[in-house]
Amino acid sequence: MAVNSTYHTPAIVTPDKGLKRKLESMWSDPPGRYGWLATTDHKMIGKRYLVTAFVFLILGGLEALGMRLQLAQPNEHLLPPELYNQFFSMHGMTMIFLYSLPILSGFSNYLWPLILGTRDMAFPRLNAFTYWVFLLAGIFLYIGFWEGKGTDVGWFNYVPLASRAYDPDWNVDIYSLGMVFLGISTTAGAVNFIATMFRTRAPGMSISRVPIMIWGTLVANIGILFAVPAVSLDFLLLWLDRRFGTQFFDVSGGGRPLLWQHLFWIFGHPWVYAIVLPAMSIVSQGLPVYCRRPLVAHSAVVLATILTMVLGFGVWVHHMFATGLPPIAMGYFAAASFVIVIPSAVSVFAWVATIWTGRPVFTTAFKFFVAEIVLFVIGGVSGFMTASVPLDLQLTDTYFVVAHIHYVLIGINVFPVVGGIYHWFPKMTGRLMDERLGRWNFWLMFIGFNLGFFPMHISGLEGMPRRIYTYPANMGWGNLNLITTIGSFVFALGVLLFVINVIRSRSRGERASANPWDASTLEWATESPPPSYNFAVIPRVASLHPLWESRLDERSRSTLHEGPVLDDGHQLPGTTPLDAEPDVILDMPSLTLAPLVTALLIAGTFLGLLLTTWWLAGACMLAMIPTLLWWLWPRAEAGWAVDA
Amino acid sequence: MLRAATIVALALVPAAARPASPMTYMVSSGPAANPTTALGWGLLGLSVFVAAFIACAVLIGIWWKRGDGAYDGNGWPVVSRGRNGLPWLLIGVPVSVVLLLASAIWTFHVLDAIAAPPKKAPITLLVTAHQWWWEVRYQRTDDPKSGFETANEIHVPVGVPVRLRLSSADVIHSFWVPQLAGKTDAIPGQVNLAWLEADRPGMYRGQCTEFCGMQHAHMALYVIAQSASAFRAWWQYQTRDAAMPTAQAAASGSAVFGSRCAICHTVRGRPGSQGGLGPDLTHLMSRRTIAAGTLPNTIGNLAGWVSDAPSLKPGVAMPRENLDGPQLQALLAYLQTLK
Repeated sequence: MAVNSTYHTPAIVTPDKGLKRKLESMWSDPPGRYGWLATTDHKMIGKRYLVTAFVFLILGGLEALGMRLQLAQPNEHLLPPELYNQFFSMHGMTMIFLYSLPILSGFSNYLWPLILGTRDMAFPRLNAFTYWVFLLAGIFLYIGFWEGKGTDVGWFNYVPLASRAYDPDWNVDIYSLGMVFLGISTTAGAVNFIATMFRTRAPGMSISRVPIMIWGTLVANIGILFAVPAVSLDFLLLWLDRRFGTQFFDVSGGGRPLLWQHLFWIFGHPWVYAIVLPAMSIVSQGLPVYCRRPLVAHSAVVLATILTMVLGFGVWVHHMFATGLPPIAMGYFAAASFVIVIPSAVSVFAWVATIWTGRPVFTTAFKFFVAEIVLFVIGGVSGFMTASVPLDLQLTDTYFVVAHIHYVLIGINVFPVVGGIYHWFPKMTGRLMDERLGRWNFWLMFIGFNLGFFPMHISGLEGMPRRIYTYPANMGWGNLNLITTIGSFVFALGVLLFVINVIRSRSRGERASANPWDASTLEWATESPPPSYNFAVIPRVASLHPLWESRLDERSRSTLHEGPVLDDGHQLPGTTPLDAEPDVILDMPSLTLAPLVTALLIAGTFLGLLLTTWWLAGACMLAMIPTLLWWLWPRAEAGWAVDA
Repeated sequence: MLRAATIVALALVPAAARPASPMTYMVSSGPAANPTTALGWGLLGLSVFVAAFIACAVLIGIWWKRGDGAYDGNGWPVVSRGRNGLPWLLIGVPVSVVLLLASAIWTFHVLDAIAAPPKKAPITLLVTAHQWWWEVRYQRTDDPKSGFETANEIHVPVGVPVRLRLSSADVIHSFWVPQLAGKTDAIPGQVNLAWLEADRPGMYRGQCTEFCGMQHAHMALYVIAQSASAFRAWWQYQTRDAAMPTAQAAASGSAVFGSRCAICHTVRGRPGSQGGLGPDLTHLMSRRTIAAGTLPNTIGNLAGWVSDAPSLKPGVAMPRENLDGPQLQALLAYLQTLK
């Protein structure tokens, strides 16, 4: 964004066809390949994130189905160990890094400017850049797998197993460099969300009127900004150990294997919250719409969200209880892990209270949101059990923990995501998804999920360790595993129905009005799908529920259909961080290929590092200098401002 | 959802009716594990109660018929402020806090109880984890020079705490015998302390639980708890060297052993067999399993293992040996003298 120095107070108008046509010509992308590659439209980028992340979900799911076939009965020989170990490592990496956060970035990218009542993210070019880096890093992380050399030491990648002495092939180098690469996207994305939240909200949307959906993503991204450097450093040190013989983790040189684990989990646990808090906020935003009332205790839920993220930085050692730490240290981290349950309880009780005091409408989205509450509680209480140190020394690294993380990640991420698609699909496409297919979709996913993952609790309590490619017949785990395998295929069938529903509804779904669910927030104030400029005039917000004000008897009313004309280029109002009072007109940059080229050059750099083709890495880094100059070249007409 | 719960419950009934797995930790047999087992049942009960309570609350909240309110043109209930939902939080959150506090206190109590053995442990085991087997060195705690070495099978006297000093020769592993104690990692470059005690005789299965490479799945061990006198006899026997074979076949098998096996394996009392890469085989035939719990120690399995270990346990360090028939028979005859 760039600050317009020729600032003047624009006229207030009710938009007419002429204004809309003018805005459309300014904001829409030019047709053809150039517009497609150069676009900085947050809606386009958001949809790309959603589709790409979903493709990774399907890849990770296929890997999981392969594992389930191998484990369905004892002593099977479908997948040899070297392949099984790649499958479970790639599955974890894919789901945790390439699906669960990017899918939420997709929602946020698409929805934030609409919910905030503005026209784009704070840094549109950076936004395009984060997507391209995510895509290229995702491909990079998969290049080894197709050659049969996917990473095979787990997504947690513990040293010394991940060191060169025990894994001399390329797989861990790909994983290490790929993670540093991906970290660029995540970090840049976080900066963008934070700036967008504090600088581009519609006038009048003071901090107490910010919808809950924004809070979840904001808090997660502030967490990401502090968490990701730890893991990027961790992987960089590992790569240096592997390539240049530094000895950060090497015992023979005075290094410590536990250093890896500390850095990894200082990142890893906050990351768990980064991939569930935005999804929980999808539920907090969507559920009340179908309960026909505002969320109970909105402020308490916001504060609980913030508190969860803060406490989330103080619990990482509960992943390391078995590493021989002193009991006093474990006691502290156990206590912190118990305390973090409290803010989660706030959210759960707020949701239950919203259902009890509302009048629910049984849409498919509603079912997914309600399922999330139940699955969240099951995943929550099993997490609470692992916080208890002595008990965790039994539970850890058994299937009980596998059940726990899947109730957390599928229950709190996948279910809200699918529910969220049913909820916002009409906004994105202008068409409703099929509710009849939705019913089948929901029940197959819900029954399949519980049939597949609930028995894992029991196989865990029966002592089945994680990450084993087979098990003996006399352990008594066979039946449970067979049920799990059947359940996972039923779940996969449910996901398939979802995909079919999306594809079918895109072209054949019933036409949707601007606000088909009669929801309360600003994204529903514009057409479905929204025009390229989102809002012809920027709304002025007077409450937390701008579209429900008459029915909630709010004292003041938002102004949605008249506002300042901002049609002198890509303009939107900049507002103050807390009160959201307009203080400037921001000139947003136009579309450009620079972000794509920069991302490609970074990919080239990492490829050079991977192949130890130093000239390639060097050349790509040098080429980045003119590319960044091109990207950031100041525009005279915008007062020599710089476009980000 | 009710339907789903019924189906899940029905599916689990046959699974739950089976005898317990030898690896379950919902039953335990020693003071290093018993307090945890009680805590486990307690917290599990609390967790099931909380999950069931919230699930019921959600179900009732959905299907509970409310008084007639206004509907809009689409047949949807008209949006309103709704009744006051805050009591849910004002009651639910403090109750959660109390339950958490109680759980935390119980946790610290158990943590204290299992941190160290209640009395001095007279025996110390130096357990060194390898990819993918367990090296075990026995010592009297007061005499580090005493003792002997064995692998993958640990004998302990009933009612006596045993100290473990855990380390690793390569990557991180985790030592776990669920019915006797929780997990402790074996990490290269450091020694982790743990202890266990069996309060009744029996055979307890254990397994590595930190992913340690290709054969992580085949890294089991057994703890055999026996009476004090039986343990003493076992200890005496294990300290003995292997006798040189007298029979013709075994003697030529000893030569095969010398050329093929001795570079990696130790047989105490057999000159030239001090290899340290694989398990000590001095009393191989006294063990119940081979290849870290992968196969029962039968003559057939032994034959398969010495001739082609990698096909039974891919990735294992032990190479495929191209033994002809007579060589194999001789070697097996020799191994069988290692009682």
